[in-house]
Amino acid sequence: MALAGAAALVAMPAFTAASGVLNWGFLILLYTALAQSWNLLGGFGGQVNLGHAAFFGIGALATRILWLHGMAVFAALPAGTAAAAAAGLVIGAPGLRLRGPYFAVGTLAVAEILRITVGNILPEVSSLPAARLAAYAIAPRYYLALGLAACVTITARMLAHSRFGYGLAAMREDEEVAEAIGVSTFRYKLLAFIISSGFAGAAGGVFGYYHLSFYPQFAFNPVWTFDALLITFLGGVGTVWGPLAGAVVFLLLREVLALRLVELHLLIFGVLFILIVVALPGGFVEAWRSLPVMRRELVREASNSVADSVRRRRRSP
Amino acid sequence: MILLQNAIFGLLIGGLYGLGAVGLSLVFGVLRMLNVSHGELIMLGGYASFWLFTLWRVDPFLSMLVAGPALFLIGGLLYRILFRHFIHFPEDQKIKNSILIGSGLALVLQTLAILAWGADERAVTPVYAGRVIPLGPVVIPLSRMGALLVAFLVLGGLHLFLTRTRRGTAIRATSQDEMAAALMGIPVNTVFFTAFALGSALAGVAGALLSVSDAISPAIGLSWTLKALIVIVLGGMGNIFGTFVAGLFLGVAESVSGFLFGNVYREVVGLVVFLLVLSLRPQGLFARS
Repeated sequence: MALAGAAALVAMPAFTAASGVLNWGFLILLYTALAQSWNLLGGFGGQVNLGHAAFFGIGALATRILWLHGMAVFAALPAGTAAAAAAGLVIGAPGLRLRGPYFAVGTLAVAEILRITVGNILPEVSSLPAARLAAYAIAPRYYLALGLAACVTITARMLAHSRFGYGLAAMREDEEVAEAIGVSTFRYKLLAFIISSGFAGAAGGVFGYYHLSFYPQFAFNPVWTFDALLITFLGGVGTVWGPLAGAVVFLLLREVLALRLVELHLLIFGVLFILIVVALPGGFVEAWRSLPVMRRELVREASNSVADSVRRRRRSP
Repeated sequence: MILLQNAIFGLLIGGLYGLGAVGLSLVFGVLRMLNVSHGELIMLGGYASFWLFTLWRVDPFLSMLVAGPALFLIGGLLYRILFRHFIHFPEDQKIKNSILIGSGLALVLQTLAILAWGADERAVTPVYAGRVIPLGPVVIPLSRMGALLVAFLVLGGLHLFLTRTRRGTAIRATSQDEMAAALMGIPVNTVFFTAFALGSALAGVAGALLSVSDAISPAIGLSWTLKALIVIVLGGMGNIFGTFVAGLFLGVAESVSGFLFGNVYREVVGLVVFLLVLSLRPQGLFARS
């Protein structure tokens, strides 16, 4: 099924000329990649990074500037990715020594510092020059996003079934115990953080290559962090397919809601996020998985009650 | 001389930073939850003061007495509906969940404020808004001086409440050891509720005082949450006096550096100090002494 889905995604541009559909597909893939990149550290490793937008922004900015200065996008995108991963190393090495709330608020502070500074240094909107605009096509952007989403998802899948992934899971459940059974927690966290920020940077790079014009500061907006969190939690935090499922639902909802209820859709997303954290911590993937179990329980309960009533009837002649 | 004047402005706004932070510190100290929507509660306090002034010309220093109780109720409600569900989780889980819920709540409150009142910046302008006290070569704005004094009084009152009353002692006991407190017959669930609502009420008071000197808009929440976090990290956990001094310090640091490096960087300086303190003391100044 996964193969058929992948084939359909690859073939999509050949069948539809409508750029609306491709745009739609592009956004789903971009948000899948962004959310999955958060999930690698936040879901599998349990480290809540509230500054994810910083790495998305670094990737977007570096890729965009290099690309607009004449570098091929196939060189600019890896450069942007590397810049974000390097930032992950620089920020993660001291940052990951902080535990619990200190890591979360520390990353939030880093992202705000970068956002304000970028806004001050580059206050002007970045637009594509006319020649680039004339050559603009959605299909290459789509394939780039598809390749990236595939890469991140495959990484997550490999991670979930590797020694590294099990180490992260152990650390997420109990850091002291993980350390005691031989997981070098700091090194695990740092590696996961670098991978996570690198992929966030790549997603940012694809965004920088895709978007016609945006304020550089916008790529550092906390909304990128929040969207990544919301999508991950919608789909299922710490699962391989959660971010994809979450991204589809998120974009469908956004499309429907934003058309009719411009401001209200943010309110609905906020409430939805809170509801999931409180009531459905596993997200859709977990709910889907537990469906057979629930059905079995229901059946068992029903048959028990039938058997009970039969027994009772037998006893009372 | 301009530098001195800037330092004085910073000192005056710093009292509000301390007041804005102390509620967050109380909630974290007692419940071990980090409510990252604290800044949005401050924003709501600011709007309470703005509307009381705009509709009925109520002085912001009086509105404080409405904003506080109103936010006490809102905070209590938020606790009952949202935060109570994981109060008995292990500490790691509790902190993580509260951060997640808080960031969702921040978005909800901010959007609600935009829907209800629009995204414009609002200001409260009582008659004494522009008045200053000349003091040698520098001037002291009257309303900010008043806000600093009130902040000091509120923090002093909180200190007395926590140390001299039965209820305050129960709160401190619960923050030190929940289990022991429960065994001594302290109703810890009530204490959690009270601490959260009281922390929110302090945010409301801070917001009302803030409206005298600063603009209010739905978007101010995040920067006030960050300021509160900076102040807590600088001042140390559960230390009201330390929080007040750290607030003053942050105020001065921001306004002096704003003067030296340009006003657009004033917030960056506070955040950099914050990161430095965090990384030089990885256990955080949060650590209870």
